[in-house]
Amino acid sequence: MDMTGEYRIPAPREKVWEALNDPEVLKKCIPGCQELNKDSETELSAKVKSKVGPVSATFTGKVTLSDIDPPNGYTISGEGTGGVAGFAKGGATVKLASEGSDTVLSYAATAQVGGKLAQIGSRLIDSTAKKMANEFFGKFAEEVGGAAGAAAPADNVAPADAPETVAADVATGETVSSATAKEMATEATVAKADEAVKTGGGLSPAVWVGGLIAAVVVVLILLNL
Amino acid sequence: MPDGSIGAPIKRREDRRFLTGNGRYVDDINRPNQTYAWIVRSSLAHAKIKRIDTSKAEKAPGVVRVLTGADWAADGVGGLPCGWQVIGKNQTPMHEPPHPALVADKVRHVGDNLAVVIAETRTQARDAAELIDIQFEELPAVVTMADATKKGAALVHDSVPDNICYDWELGDPAACDAQFKGAAHVTTLKLVNNRLVANPIEPRSAIAEYDASGDHYTLYTTSQNPHVIRLLMGAFVLSIPEHKLRVVAPDVGGGFGSKIYHYAEEAIVTWASKKVGRPIKWTADRSDSFMTDAQGRDHLTTAELALDKDGHFLALRVKTDANMGGYLSTFAPAIPTYLYATLLAGLYKTPVIYCNVRAIFTNTVPVDAYRGAGRPEACYLLERLVEQAARETGIEKTEIRRRNFIAKAEMPYQTPVALQYDSGDFIRNLEDGLKSADYAGFAKRRTASEKNGKLRGIGLATYIEACGIAPSAVAGALGARAGLYEAAEVRMHPTGSVTVFTGSHQHGQGHETTFAQLVADGLGVPVENVEVVHGDTDRIPFGMGTYGSRSLAVGGSAIVKAMDKIIAKGKKIAAHLLEAAVDDIEFANGTFKVSGTDKEIGIGQVALTAYVPHNYPIEELEPGLDESAFYDPKNFTFPNGCHIAEVEIDCDTGEVTLCSFNAVDDFGKIINPMIVEGQVHGGLVQGIGQALMEDCVYGEDGQLITGSFNDYSMPRADTVPSFTVAANEGAPCTHNPLGVKGCGEAGTIGAGAAVINAVIDALATRGITDIAMPATSHRVWQALQQSKA
Repeated sequence: MDMTGEYRIPAPREKVWEALNDPEVLKKCIPGCQELNKDSETELSAKVKSKVGPVSATFTGKVTLSDIDPPNGYTISGEGTGGVAGFAKGGATVKLASEGSDTVLSYAATAQVGGKLAQIGSRLIDSTAKKMANEFFGKFAEEVGGAAGAAAPADNVAPADAPETVAADVATGETVSSATAKEMATEATVAKADEAVKTGGGLSPAVWVGGLIAAVVVVLILLNL
Repeated sequence: MPDGSIGAPIKRREDRRFLTGNGRYVDDINRPNQTYAWIVRSSLAHAKIKRIDTSKAEKAPGVVRVLTGADWAADGVGGLPCGWQVIGKNQTPMHEPPHPALVADKVRHVGDNLAVVIAETRTQARDAAELIDIQFEELPAVVTMADATKKGAALVHDSVPDNICYDWELGDPAACDAQFKGAAHVTTLKLVNNRLVANPIEPRSAIAEYDASGDHYTLYTTSQNPHVIRLLMGAFVLSIPEHKLRVVAPDVGGGFGSKIYHYAEEAIVTWASKKVGRPIKWTADRSDSFMTDAQGRDHLTTAELALDKDGHFLALRVKTDANMGGYLSTFAPAIPTYLYATLLAGLYKTPVIYCNVRAIFTNTVPVDAYRGAGRPEACYLLERLVEQAARETGIEKTEIRRRNFIAKAEMPYQTPVALQYDSGDFIRNLEDGLKSADYAGFAKRRTASEKNGKLRGIGLATYIEACGIAPSAVAGALGARAGLYEAAEVRMHPTGSVTVFTGSHQHGQGHETTFAQLVADGLGVPVENVEVVHGDTDRIPFGMGTYGSRSLAVGGSAIVKAMDKIIAKGKKIAAHLLEAAVDDIEFANGTFKVSGTDKEIGIGQVALTAYVPHNYPIEELEPGLDESAFYDPKNFTFPNGCHIAEVEIDCDTGEVTLCSFNAVDDFGKIINPMIVEGQVHGGLVQGIGQALMEDCVYGEDGQLITGSFNDYSMPRADTVPSFTVAANEGAPCTHNPLGVKGCGEAGTIGAGAAVINAVIDALATRGITDIAMPATSHRVWQALQQSKA
């Protein structure tokens, strides 16, 4: 199945990245997330307890990042398995754009589900993924923008449970120049990351990539659920 | 008519226990020290198994044993056998690839069996199953028959080229082509007979117990034919001789064909019960049922009917692809051949018929007989074709049938497709049906519907089916690997009550009542003094089970034969007691009488004498009154009928409302009209379900999309109108002692075609002459939209 969506996060991209850097934030924001581990520069795994219709299980998801083109976008592909509940696999392209003081994240995902998920949950996956993505971004915007912050799905997505858009008062955080980010992401090595941290030239690429992936994990793994 | 004799509509005695929760199903049985099995099933449709790591699962709490396909293969036990061999064109036998109970090499459909976990509780077994790590190498799946037969398609079985199990034909293609050349008109249809899931209320279940002291196995299983399971599993899979294996099928909550077959789980738990030395219970959940119960139908057909200028049928040419799924289920090869092509004459005098059937393997759940089994597919094809021909030629649809029907006077009638019909009055069924449905008043009802902005249609299906399967010699010549007789034992007890042991198996049909009536009537005893026992290989002499509407025609006839022996022996005892010649003894209504006198003695007294033989012809006669019999039918029976559906369609939503359904059926002689009516109702609902809502759907990757009632739509009480059903008893079966034909499948056979014909009749007013099953609101709405464009 194919899914697309768009989210407006009421924070500047820099602030968004900063929050994305914090695995604890991500863990807090992914509904049902029990674990979030960065296995390598381009690999991330997560354990998420989730429910699609009547199928309830703990899904273990692994994603790989490629075509990293900060700050414009990247491609991720991955697979999540939920034991008896079945599996999900697929890929997504994610794009990020600054719009005024907001960041707009858009995704296009293709997912394939199997086992019980296909047998029982097929029709519910789209809506479940949207609901979870909305939950994630709602919570994430809160984290980014404080209690008043909230993400809004773009106009074409209007879930009933999405919080109303509230203008976020976002303090400018540490920034990372796009050039640095690009260089780091392209090479994406731990050594580089260490160097970056040492030089104080911006976010650690390890964290950065992790955060980036986490954002996509949310979209993809959750979508794939 | 005395209470409970033949023809009395008495209530089903078994319903008391079913309705009060006192039925005893397999899952209700628990054996001391029992363990529980959980089967690990494939989530992939087609994949090589690279590695199975069970080490974690083995250490999980409560786990007794974990077994995989490697263990199955290492033990050298057999695969699940196929019970019917079809010989294709040029005498080429069908491909019969191995069907292991647990796979070791690769999985061939979602739900294929990978491993079994045996644990102290079901939950522990299920939890441990999660810990089994299986590495697959995914293979491209072939899901549709079109994909499976493409050049270079992935092979479901490496040993089966092009995924074609067999390419079979019936009839002379050249003779058929010649008829078409001379035809004034040819009607052609491409038809899909959609795949269905049987969905009995009770999921399958099996409990196996091994007694080491006697080296003896007992299997409790949800089966329509316990003796057949004993034969298939004992002789072909596990090499357990009959005297060391007892198979019990107690109360079974519906089968519809899906519980005929020998399933892997039966063999797995029986095999494993010896290994673990404890009883093992396995019960399917609804997901298991969707993934592993044999499914039904799934044909792709091109059918052509040649007519002369007066609308007489000249020839029928049919090409069908039938989906077998990933493996051959027990009787799968016979369904689209001997239970389908042989029915293509229908009720018509079509002189030449040619049918070519290819059976195709795909990465889907295996397909086998489902209520009607081949005959609904044949009826659907024929009756769609006939109504389409009527539309095209302008001959009214009842008139075109009248012109081509086989007349009652022409019976017995030899069709060009092997069968010989013994009886039937098709015109009368049609006329009765038309009257019952107020066919003449349809135009008025249509006008009224149109005033409300709705489309109205009326559709017919006239059908004939071959039931009472079958003469063993005929079935054997056609490839059956079993005899198809039935066995019965009638035991008259000393005080005159009777226990009947039947090889038929009931799982909703009401045999305990019908057979009791049969015996009460035959022996002249009160119906409440008759007990019917079935479903246990240790109690029943033998049996071939229940399917193909055969129980009364074959199983009932076996009971009659056994009763004849009882009566014959009873006459000898009575002759001795009444001091008369045996030839002078008459038996009627439970009384032995010396003809032409008032000397008589009741059957109860005779029974008592048989067991207390103080004054008894002991030199010539053994004591006791207990007889058994086997009955092998001389021919199939041929139930037939006329079903008429009337529908109304909402143009805005595409919703089809079934306004009325009238059925006139010829089941021959009827024992219990209330039970027959119930059987027809159930069958009709299943046929209507296929026509309007049921559809088993797979994704392109072979994932079962309709794997629960969330997505697989079943008919409910509010789907159907109140049915009007009637029985025509005027043309009883000529070759069995009861004159019965069978009623279990009829409803399913006629209903689908009648409903779709009605839908098309309504849509034809908008220029639409084809709609595929199921005619869901969405599909009908789309057709209406397209017709506007």
